[in-house]
Amino acid sequence: MSTPVLEVSGLAFAYPDGHQALFGVDLHVHPGERVALLGPNGAGKTTLVLHLNGILGLDDANAAGSVRVSGLPVERANLAEVRRRVGVVFQDPDDQLFMGTVRADVAFGPANLGVKGAALDRRVEHALEQVGMAEFADRPPHHLSFGQRRRVAVATVLAMEPEILVLDEPSSNLDPASRRELADVLRSLDVTVLMVTHDLPYALELCPRAVVLSQGQVVADDATIEILTDDSLMAAHRLELPWGFDPRTAAALGAGTRPLGGARG
Amino acid sequence: MGADHGHRLHFHAHSPLHSAPSHAKILALVAWVLLVVATPAHWFWAFGVHAVVLALAIGVSRVPVTYLLKRAVVETPFVVFAVLLPFIATGERIDVLGVAVSGPGLLAAWGLLVKGTLGVLASLLLAATTEPQDLLLGLQRLRVPQQLVQIMAFMIRYLDVVTDELQRMRVARESRGFTARDPRQWPVLARTFGALFIRSYERGERVHLAMLARGYTGSIPTEATRRPVTAHAHIHGSRR
Repeated sequence: MSTPVLEVSGLAFAYPDGHQALFGVDLHVHPGERVALLGPNGAGKTTLVLHLNGILGLDDANAAGSVRVSGLPVERANLAEVRRRVGVVFQDPDDQLFMGTVRADVAFGPANLGVKGAALDRRVEHALEQVGMAEFADRPPHHLSFGQRRRVAVATVLAMEPEILVLDEPSSNLDPASRRELADVLRSLDVTVLMVTHDLPYALELCPRAVVLSQGQVVADDATIEILTDDSLMAAHRLELPWGFDPRTAAALGAGTRPLGGARG
Repeated sequence: MGADHGHRLHFHAHSPLHSAPSHAKILALVAWVLLVVATPAHWFWAFGVHAVVLALAIGVSRVPVTYLLKRAVVETPFVVFAVLLPFIATGERIDVLGVAVSGPGLLAAWGLLVKGTLGVLASLLLAATTEPQDLLLGLQRLRVPQQLVQIMAFMIRYLDVVTDELQRMRVARESRGFTARDPRQWPVLARTFGALFIRSYERGERVHLAMLARGYTGSIPTEATRRPVTAHAHIHGSRR
């Protein structure tokens, strides 16, 4: 098989206060895959995400194992390149969007990479078009709706042309229409995606494969539909489907492979 | 909700004052305020001249006077202090409407009041005619240190977020039957502000993490805030 975009092996980590969050995580994500990372609260999902671009785990004292991004080890010396390759979209767009205008915010990442002038303008414009927010370039982010801010947050990362997009709870706090619009955007992107979520129908809709993280360990890695229909696995790791949702019916509708619908920017 | 929030001081209009370059307006304001402050309080005619200059500027800007006056209430604490001055200051006593007040105190109060009011109105006029972003750009052009401009930019960006948070906490408090009527309830308010401080602090850390994740290395690249060469026509075309 090809070089995995993301290769996590034996990753263990304890916070400075002694709380251990990860106990030997192994995870491979290959180019073009869309993978859901599922798990109950406190399973270590966010901790894992912060290791993927080297925000945590650079000090050897309380970490073990390794993370490689397209073969490049996540180390202090490679940090800039790792952060270009791994685009993390955080849960609260107000944390991610801090500049005065949407344009400046989207330009922030590529400008940090040294992109300048017309090339930078093109990147910003393209990233905003990908999420359907091009006409809002000159607005201050705090004047946008929550769903729009979430899409701009995705654009801020797309502008860095990452190899893998890591989304932390992308559907949280979105109304159903915004949730669907974001799904359209994500489906239309030609990029590898790792999506951390509690929203199991969303995972089924967007990600053919799912990984379950529980108490700092990977306990399942399979087709999303197999995981959602494994009742004993689901119950053992506090995963629950919304009332009335039957993954078999949804999968039969072709949710996982639905063609692009109205995803034009 | 939300659409007009960041612009509580800005008054949308098209006037020569609105389109003037922001750094020129900042310089003019600072120079004029220094002039007003330096004017001795007993040159009553000079303040008349200052007032006329300000009135002309307001006229040109087409910002309604009432709009500025309403926002001038921020001056109230100073007004209270100014009103107290004639009573608490020492010096030669004079009679005003049958009340003996301090002469130098009265003059000082007049000076404080008139200089303060002119300064506040002029500052409000600047805020009403300049978008916050342009103001920051103006400060940048005037070579104000990057760090200071950045701190102000963050303040403008997160002011609404924090006010909304405070608002939600107030609604949640009141929904549980709490109203802050007298000082006995102040400890509750103090805890609210404490919680808000901690939340904002944590948000600051999260923002910093998100910045690091996009390759931040200690300074915001100036390229990011530069206006694109072609975008202006494009934006105006697509807005309407």
